[in-house]
Amino acid sequence: MTAPLLEVKNLSVVFDTEGGTVHAVNDVSYTIEAGETLGIVGESGSGKSVHVLAMLGLIPRPPGRIVSGSVLFEGRDLLKLSEAELRNIRGGRIGFVFQDPMTSLNPVLTVERQLIEPLTRHEGLSRRKARERAVELLDLVGIPSADRRIGQYPHQFSGGMRQRVMIAIGLACSPKLLIADEATTALDVTVQAQVLDLVRDLKKRFGTTVIWITHDMGVVAGLADNVQVMYGGRIMERGPVRSIFKQPHSAYTWGLLRSLPHGETRLTKRLYQIPGQPPDLTEPPVGDPFAPRNPFATPRCFTETPPLRQIEGMAPGHQVAAWYDLPALLAAEQGTER
Amino acid sequence: MTRPTSATSSADAPLVSVRDLTKHYGGGRGFLGASKFAVKAIDGISFDIAPGETLGLVGESGSGKSTTGRVVLQLESPTGGDVLFRGQSLVGLSPRQLKPFRREMQVVFQDPYAALNPRMTVGDFVAEPLIVHKLAKGSERADRTAELFRRVGLDPAFMKRYPHEFSGGQRQRVNIARAVAMEPSFIVADEPITALDVSIQAQIVNLFQDLQESLGIAYLFVAHDLSMVRYLCHRVAVMLRGRIVEMAPTEAIFTDARHPYTRALLSAIPVPDPDIEANRRHLAYDVDANPPAPDAALREVGPDHFLLA
Repeated sequence: MTAPLLEVKNLSVVFDTEGGTVHAVNDVSYTIEAGETLGIVGESGSGKSVHVLAMLGLIPRPPGRIVSGSVLFEGRDLLKLSEAELRNIRGGRIGFVFQDPMTSLNPVLTVERQLIEPLTRHEGLSRRKARERAVELLDLVGIPSADRRIGQYPHQFSGGMRQRVMIAIGLACSPKLLIADEATTALDVTVQAQVLDLVRDLKKRFGTTVIWITHDMGVVAGLADNVQVMYGGRIMERGPVRSIFKQPHSAYTWGLLRSLPHGETRLTKRLYQIPGQPPDLTEPPVGDPFAPRNPFATPRCFTETPPLRQIEGMAPGHQVAAWYDLPALLAAEQGTER
Repeated sequence: MTRPTSATSSADAPLVSVRDLTKHYGGGRGFLGASKFAVKAIDGISFDIAPGETLGLVGESGSGKSTTGRVVLQLESPTGGDVLFRGQSLVGLSPRQLKPFRREMQVVFQDPYAALNPRMTVGDFVAEPLIVHKLAKGSERADRTAELFRRVGLDPAFMKRYPHEFSGGQRQRVNIARAVAMEPSFIVADEPITALDVSIQAQIVNLFQDLQESLGIAYLFVAHDLSMVRYLCHRVAVMLRGRIVEMAPTEAIFTDARHPYTRALLSAIPVPDPDIEANRRHLAYDVDANPPAPDAALREVGPDHFLLA
């Protein structure tokens, strides 16, 4: 078996703030194979964004601090690289697209300047060659009249078009790994659908490995091969997309899926609601971080952190961090209702 | 033009009626008398909302849906058309004449923090309208405020705290408590759950529904999340470029959409089911090539189902 493209091991990140130390990422470990699309789901404070920013060297230090861990990418530990070496990898072997294209693009530079920069820097192309390639890229992401529009400034593009420009920049140097963090969240649904179609197409054509971070379970269902659900800075559950959606084993995943309307109307039933509030990470709960909101929690959930483990009888790679057996508990509950 | 005259099958008179409403920005005569280009944020829309009914208003950014909410509440005055509340026109009323209507019409915005006053305790914030409208004072006011906190699922012990001590979902509950303080019959909810975490959205949606059931409040629910709209709304109006292109009872919109734009919008909603997603095709709609025709009007194509044609 070949080595994975990316291997995150025991990554922990904290932020030292006036209100105390925020434990943003707690002992996160996972791997991604080349060509895989991993959807990372979670809400604010889940650690989903912070952990990728940390591995790209993009969290401000201080207040941020990487307490432990390693991130092996093509055999090198990203956490041990110098800023100059990291800069060579960012925008080169690893492309990234963040949520807000208006703040990620430089408003005083034309799109051409911003697209050519990574191409001359990482690929060593001449300016003329780089421009040709840049027009091709804009064409590829579906920007009409790319040859003319490349000379325009970010404010001359609509939100959807700006996000396409960001994706073009993210893809400029044919990255091995593309990381997108809520890249379509600010877009209208129809534009989001176009961007997702584009990403699917790029995966097919170039075999790009993708980490797609989102809070939207629907987007993950349509895009990801594997899903990783994060909560309170930890991985709660992880596995092949069908297996996770058909039979979640973490009460958090189950609650998230159940709280979404699945085409029903108010007349048929009330929405399931996860009780309580997201955890305060300055005082992370002892044990399973979801335990205080989990109707199925056992006494052990409040004292001991469950490890991520393969679930017996489920698809290979379907892992959960839980002390309870969710399907058994749900079956028992149904039994008593009848 | 043909326009929907009855909002629901019930014989109730509408609570809110919007008639040929327009809102243009800019335009008029510019420097040296040159005519300027006007942005038609709302371009002649009509709808009714019955007491206790929820009308969903959906569309993309720039469709005019949020502007519609603000004009209906008279937070902005329309360029043309009329807004009637219990049959009485609100357009052109002075702030003083509007005051009794303000009690009955409330709003909940997207960003639960921006709406709060960071230097006011949340208890004072919720009680403020009771003071402004001289509805209760002293211990009665405190009791009413505590009751409002309980009603929206907050512990009255939180009344003395400040907004920064609360999570996003709790802040939105505070905003809803304030809106409900006046016992309104109508609330405009403008993307009220968009900024909230997924695990909190269902809590707030259920709260809106409970309040409607217990207090009979009508909502104009402005949203882009169509799956929540399907869940929460009795009827849905789809906006495109300042026009309503389709309006129908919710199930008719989701199962029998007639306008190609409505279909494109529905085909773009990500569904949390990998099997459905694997087989879906996104329909495209080119608005620039097919903008709503200026002379088109809403026509009834099914029971209470209206289509711009």
